[in-house]
Amino acid sequence: MNSFTYTRATAVEAAVREKAADDGVKFIAGGTNLLDLIKENVERPTRLVDLNHLPLTAIEAAPDGGLRLGALATNADTAWHEQVQKRYPLLNQAILAGASPQLRNMATNGGNLFQRTRCYYFYDTATPCNKREPGSGCSAIGGYNRIHAILGTSDSCIATHPSDMCIALAALNATLQVTGKNGERTVKFEDFHRLPGNQPELDNTLAPDEVVTAIDLPNEDFSRHFSYLKLRDRQSYAFALVSVAAALQLDGNTIKDARLALGGVAHKPWRDQQAEDLLKGQPATEETFRRAAAAVVENAQGYGHNTFKIELAKRAIVRALKQAAEGTQHAADIFTNSNP
Amino acid sequence: MSMTNHIGKPLNRVDGPAKVTGGAKYAAEFNVPNLAYGVAVSSSIAKGRIRKIHADEILAIPGVLQVFSHENVPSLAWFDRSYKDDVAPGGSPFRPLQGAEVKYSMQPVALVVAETFELARYASGLLRIDYDVEKHDTDLETKRDDGFEPGRGKTGWVPPPKPRGNPDKELRNATHRVEAEYIHLAQHHNPMEMFASTVEFLGDKKLTVYDKTQGAFNSQQYIMKVFGLNKDEAHVISKFTGGGFGSGLRPQYQLFMAVLAALELKRSVRVSLTRQQMFSMGHRPHTLQYVELGTNPDGSLAALHHHALHETSQYEDYTENVVNWSGMLYQCDNVKLTYQLAKIDVATPQDMRAPGAATGSFALECAMDEMAYAAGIDPLEFRLRNYAERDQNANKDFSSKKLRECYHEGAAKFGWDKRTAEPGSMRDGDLLVGWGVATGVWDASIQKCAAKATLTADGHLTVLSGSNDIGTGTYTIMTQIAAETLGLPMAAVTFQLGDTTMPEAPLQGGSWTAASVGNAVKQVCDKLGEQLLKLAQKMEGQPLKGASYEDVQFVNGQIRLNSDITQAVVIRDILAANGEEKLEAENTMMPNPVNQLKNSLHAHNAVFVEVKIDPELGTLRVTRVVNAVAAGRILNPKTARSQVLGSVVWGISMALMEESVMDHGFGRYINHNYSEYHIPVSADIHDIDVIFVEEEDDKVNPLGIKGIGEVGLLGVAAAVANAAYHATGKRIRNLPVSIEKLML
Ligand SMILES: Cc1cc2nc3c(=O)[nH]c(=O)nc-3n(C[C@H](O)[C@H](O)[C@H](O)COP(=O)(O)OP(=O)(O)OC[C@H]3O[C@@H](n4cnc5c(N)ncnc54)[C@H](O)[C@@H]3O)c2cc1C
Ligand code: SF4
Repeated sequence: MNSFTYTRATAVEAAVREKAADDGVKFIAGGTNLLDLIKENVERPTRLVDLNHLPLTAIEAAPDGGLRLGALATNADTAWHEQVQKRYPLLNQAILAGASPQLRNMATNGGNLFQRTRCYYFYDTATPCNKREPGSGCSAIGGYNRIHAILGTSDSCIATHPSDMCIALAALNATLQVTGKNGERTVKFEDFHRLPGNQPELDNTLAPDEVVTAIDLPNEDFSRHFSYLKLRDRQSYAFALVSVAAALQLDGNTIKDARLALGGVAHKPWRDQQAEDLLKGQPATEETFRRAAAAVVENAQGYGHNTFKIELAKRAIVRALKQAAEGTQHAADIFTNSNP
Repeated sequence: MSMTNHIGKPLNRVDGPAKVTGGAKYAAEFNVPNLAYGVAVSSSIAKGRIRKIHADEILAIPGVLQVFSHENVPSLAWFDRSYKDDVAPGGSPFRPLQGAEVKYSMQPVALVVAETFELARYASGLLRIDYDVEKHDTDLETKRDDGFEPGRGKTGWVPPPKPRGNPDKELRNATHRVEAEYIHLAQHHNPMEMFASTVEFLGDKKLTVYDKTQGAFNSQQYIMKVFGLNKDEAHVISKFTGGGFGSGLRPQYQLFMAVLAALELKRSVRVSLTRQQMFSMGHRPHTLQYVELGTNPDGSLAALHHHALHETSQYEDYTENVVNWSGMLYQCDNVKLTYQLAKIDVATPQDMRAPGAATGSFALECAMDEMAYAAGIDPLEFRLRNYAERDQNANKDFSSKKLRECYHEGAAKFGWDKRTAEPGSMRDGDLLVGWGVATGVWDASIQKCAAKATLTADGHLTVLSGSNDIGTGTYTIMTQIAAETLGLPMAAVTFQLGDTTMPEAPLQGGSWTAASVGNAVKQVCDKLGEQLLKLAQKMEGQPLKGASYEDVQFVNGQIRLNSDITQAVVIRDILAANGEEKLEAENTMMPNPVNQLKNSLHAHNAVFVEVKIDPELGTLRVTRVVNAVAAGRILNPKTARSQVLGSVVWGISMALMEESVMDHGFGRYINHNYSEYHIPVSADIHDIDVIFVEEEDDKVNPLGIKGIGEVGLLGVAAAVANAAYHATGKRIRNLPVSIEKLML
């Protein structure tokens, strides 16, 4: 653990200014990820700038009629917000599938986007890790990689992005409102997280001085046919081995629109629009779902301990799409998300 | 009606309020004045030598007091025997900070002491250590041919009995034969409370040590021998322990470190370990087991062979009883039990809840299930058919054995008769349903134990015995026994433990505490009762004249005649009437050697498990468990039930989640944290029914207690795996039963 100083930002611009002026600065929101990493000596900030006093906790209508989620609204307040439950139940389910009630009470929407991988080696400073120390090597390739990625990996890193919330956001076509020293901009969700390539130390595409101020959900309706299916080693308080966010719009039994994103399989929330295209215009049948599932994992690669994820992902996709089509996500089911 | 019959009542924990209000203080919570803080530094390599510790770099930081390592630790006790604690296995115990050699990954190699905890932690993160790395070997799988039979093991280890009958031949001739290998990786205890010691320096060499341990006396002996302290100088206190499960049986290295630093710095010091460091110590060893069974045409067991090979460290030969149970759980005349160790570069394994038996019962009970299927017999019926009426290992009768009742009562409660045998034949909608059964046997031990009882003139009884309560309910049941023995209300009795100035009690382990401390408490209270009776008989006009201790009863705060209970003396009046301020008795309870030698003393259980499996996704839930336990007299059904509930959860955890995964490239447990070393959460646990089968036993010990801390865990993992087979037709012999094994 490093020693650091601490300041509180009360305006977004001030936070941006402080961050831009000093590489040692880290923003802190709920602290549920950052503090762990500091204690493990993985993150060594010299100064923390606390975002919790920024006026970014509102959940309100977005200009296009969608919903704007403040970056500092907690995961709990977001999941249980009446508009989220009504209009974006997929997001509600995804958030509730993550962490524990205590953590969700602390965790913020902004912090959730930036949470770092749970790769064992990333956390253990006694082992090499390209993400932690660029150029030191990847211990997971050839090591124990049961929880690692099967899609979009590189020779430098096979870590996964751990969030549940982000998988739903990817499926729901969210956008991020971002402020940096060059002003404000909107970032499409799929452009936010990145694949490891040869720079696994970078989890996302924001500039270091940029702050996320809000997450916008578009004015679309996937509230009837959706499913967030999370498969993990225990029923709560465990990250996804594989998770699937599926959402459909049906016209009778024909799929009008489809969204499909996976967690636990890649360095970023894995949205597959080609697979979505295979669903659109097709009957909502198991056969259709299987075709889409096969397409998603077509280029998947296993690394030994995690190879099972390829088949598991396929089956999970089919199941999630089925649940979405049938509208049975909410059915009492001890096998899916049981930890609200 | 008696209001002072407490034994057998489901009373609440007497220490409950203190625990939930923060009144119960744990080792790291004693804020003695002028405290310095030590943080242990763990090695990053698995094997090699420390070339240099760059202590000077962090000693320059203001507030850093010292960096202890082999480079500066003063010469301490020389001989191995000084480092051997009560349950040390054979070999040469690890001596923290006393050599450049690194014997396993995460071995403690330095202690950084500073004015504040934060500073110590900060500085420890900066400490540079140069190593000469040597090639390590951490893979038990490559040691199959390098096993050896241990020589002398540790206390409580019994070498497997010699083969009986002609197992090889009978296995060849058997009507049905099954053989299989069963594997689990290392598992770490991970009690809620991390290891910590707060050492208060009282001048010269005098110390008060608040230690997290399962035995204050064991810690005391250890630091006396290692640091050359006398008893007064090494006062150890351990009144509350946040779980142990065996990890606290041996003194852990933070104790050594805190005492060392306190003596060297002449200052009070606390050392607490991190959760990650809870993986830098003893653990249930990675074990490979082989079981071969043969049956006769009538379904009786013709022959049995059970072999186990488990890891130990390079420096000690840790032993546990893995295979012996297989020679006594079933009637079988041709038995071969073999047991080997193999050395790899890890910390010495350590007893973990039902050590050996949890491992052995997993293999044997899975194999029994496989055999039941091979022979076409219901798995429960198969066990009943092979019921052991005697202990064939020891050639003795059981002092009592109500396992048959466990089978019957458990099966009835579970509804076993509705089971259809065919794998995959039971369903709940799209889910496969599986029902499995397994069973276990565990020692009913008792150890020598001393206790002291004091009754004061206000009628309050205080009983002391330097035992431990690792959360099991010792405070409560001892209060019940003392109060009932002297006919007092619970509120008039205080039981105290966890202090080396108290009469000596054994380590809290082996499920022997209830029996050992319980009988000691009973005896000392009887002794006090006899004195009380004598005093009472000196009172004027009292009606007890001429009565012997056997003629009277202590009930409802009175001593009264058995023959006429209206003839009584109020206990509270006795001391006052005699002008006494207090009455004391002290006693050491010795187990009855004849009963101990003549009988086979064991507790048993039968566990029934229902799983539901989604065959496509490979997800499994344990939806129902019935655990029927025959463990002699149950002192408090509430605390006892909690023990068995905890055991069942532990068993589910062992079956489905727990594994300390070794990255052999680094020779390091790589999931060494609570985030990736999984244990169940509440959402994983569904219905658990606990049945205590009535079992009276006057031979096991005077109170008829067998102990319930471990027996409830036995067979749970096997029953889960057996249920998974019943649901899917898939035999998973390699724990944990995880999603990839079920789906593929
Ligand atoms: C035991 C445990 C289990 C968990 N299980 C799950 C799980 O199953 N599923 C899941 O999805 N998550 C899980 N989590 C992770 C949890 O969701 C994240 O820790 C949480 O969302 C992070 O939010 P925070 O506000 O606490 O972030 P912080 O820890 O405060 O910050 C995280 C990072 O985000 C940056 N940051 C924060 N806000 C902003 C902003 N507005 N703009 C720019 N940068 C910002 C910080 O600088 C920091 O680098 C778990 C966490 C723990 C500890
Ligand atoms: S997978 Fe990525 S995070 Fe994990 S060790 Fe390799 S480089 Fe580091």
